[in-house]
Amino acid sequence: MNSRNATASADALITRHASGGWRGRDTAGVYLREAWFQLLNTLRMPAFVLPTLLFPVMFYLFFGVLFGHGAHGAYFLAAYGTFGVMAPGLFGFGVAVAVEREHGVLALKRVFPLPTLAYFFGRIVMSLLFALLIVILLSLMAMSLTDATLAWTGWLALGGALVAGTIPFCALGLAVGLYVSGQAAPAIINLIYLPMAFLSGLWIPIQMLPHVLQQWAVALPAYHLNQIALTLVGANGDAAALMPHVIYLAVFAIICLAVAVRGWKRVQDR
Amino acid sequence: MGNGTVVAKLQNITKRYGAVTAVDDLTLEIQPGEILSLLGPNGAGKTTTINLLLGLARPTSGSATLFGIAPNDLNARRRVGAMLQSSVLESRARVAECVAQYAGYYPRPMRVAEALQHAGIQALAQRPVAKLSGGQRQRLMFALALCGNPEFLFLDEPTAGLDVEARRALWSALRTLAADGRTIVLTTHYLEEADALADRVVVLNRGRVIAEGAPAAIKSRVALRRIRCVTRVKAESVGQLPDVQSVVSDGSRLDIATARPESVLRELLWQDPALSDLEVTGARLEDAFMALTREQEKAA
Repeated sequence: MNSRNATASADALITRHASGGWRGRDTAGVYLREAWFQLLNTLRMPAFVLPTLLFPVMFYLFFGVLFGHGAHGAYFLAAYGTFGVMAPGLFGFGVAVAVEREHGVLALKRVFPLPTLAYFFGRIVMSLLFALLIVILLSLMAMSLTDATLAWTGWLALGGALVAGTIPFCALGLAVGLYVSGQAAPAIINLIYLPMAFLSGLWIPIQMLPHVLQQWAVALPAYHLNQIALTLVGANGDAAALMPHVIYLAVFAIICLAVAVRGWKRVQDR
Repeated sequence: MGNGTVVAKLQNITKRYGAVTAVDDLTLEIQPGEILSLLGPNGAGKTTTINLLLGLARPTSGSATLFGIAPNDLNARRRVGAMLQSSVLESRARVAECVAQYAGYYPRPMRVAEALQHAGIQALAQRPVAKLSGGQRQRLMFALALCGNPEFLFLDEPTAGLDVEARRALWSALRTLAADGRTIVLTTHYLEEADALADRVVVLNRGRVIAEGAPAAIKSRVALRRIRCVTRVKAESVGQLPDVQSVVSDGSRLDIATARPESVLRELLWQDPALSDLEVTGARLEDAFMALTREQEKAA
């Protein structure tokens, strides 16, 4: 593509050259384009895309399919699905926001007439899309390679819960990303992600962990998301309640957002 | 637009970072269509002034307005473009995509090709941003600043790190943009740059305005010469001469800053015909700033 075509196609992305005031439709356009450009940027980052997609798929393949010969497929789907959807939220917000803050990209975006929420909207869309992709990949494996059987409503409920379940982790990532340096962010996020996954019983069933660790697991958001997923695939007994876990995740997300708002105010004053 | 004439205003603004006062009771009005240059040494408060005007820093006291409203109001930002000194664009996008992304935030942006052309990077449209050199990146930042077709451009040290040719090209692009009636504020620590572009120069030092006026007037006040020579004339007696801004002695070697080297030299040579190792050069701008600061303190 020569450079004239390149700029013309770039222009085509800006659809409102015509004169006239700023309309609601234009604002919607700004939100959607920002999401599109962030997605485009993210897809070009193999260091984000590959681990985010491959780790849950690999884990599921080893432990859910090969190790257990396809038995307990639904149980492992809930566990590795939870493990999978944590990553786009934690890394997509935690690491990316820390790096962009440190490099002054956030300041640049604040100078440009981009609504603050549009920036975060773009990041959330990106995280949700990755979560959706992970859930689809794992579900296809579960359906074809394991004993997992769910009604289509079951698949929808599980997918919806897991995709929405990435949101508390977006909030946690954001709270971390607004405080830590870009260089420290990947290590810190991994230090949150991996121990939390283990302690919430995503790798080894929680009943196999020492009793004292089991007691503490109720403090972890990943534990609660996993309980929701397990209930939805029918691996948690019929009487298991969803609501306490949903409420825990909502409260957790709100606390993280409150921390993030403080961090954002701090960032706003250079 | 507020009171109709002023596009941006800082009113008795002070900004402290802990114990450091970056901007000290500064009042500044920017008129539509003018090119204003903020000139000053490192740490003078130029960047903080820009950050206050753009709403990136919150004033400790005083107020800042852009087009009569708060600088971080979206309606003000839609009329403003800026190039920040400290931003490193971490993008996986290509140059044209990146400009399209930022242009898309504005109601009536420039065409991407036009923005690239102003910045002299049309040929790099398809290059990934990550593969740009430092100077090319700087010019991309310039393209981003103007891609929204803003009425008001802020440029914080736009030519830092550019080679001479690129610097001249950017100057000429700025003149073209200014000819459309845009208001431009740029910071620099090159007197030459302020002189080449600005209608008005505001000289900052330690967060205060120490001089303000047309470039030629400022230039005559800060265009000091530096005389270095070996002489038996004492530093103290040179310091007494009119027009001498400062004298530093190192044994028999003197280092004199003055606005009128001819008369100082005449006096020196008259007092010491054996004067040797004579050298007359342009003074460092720091000397000029110090001289202006002293001038202002005397006046106060």
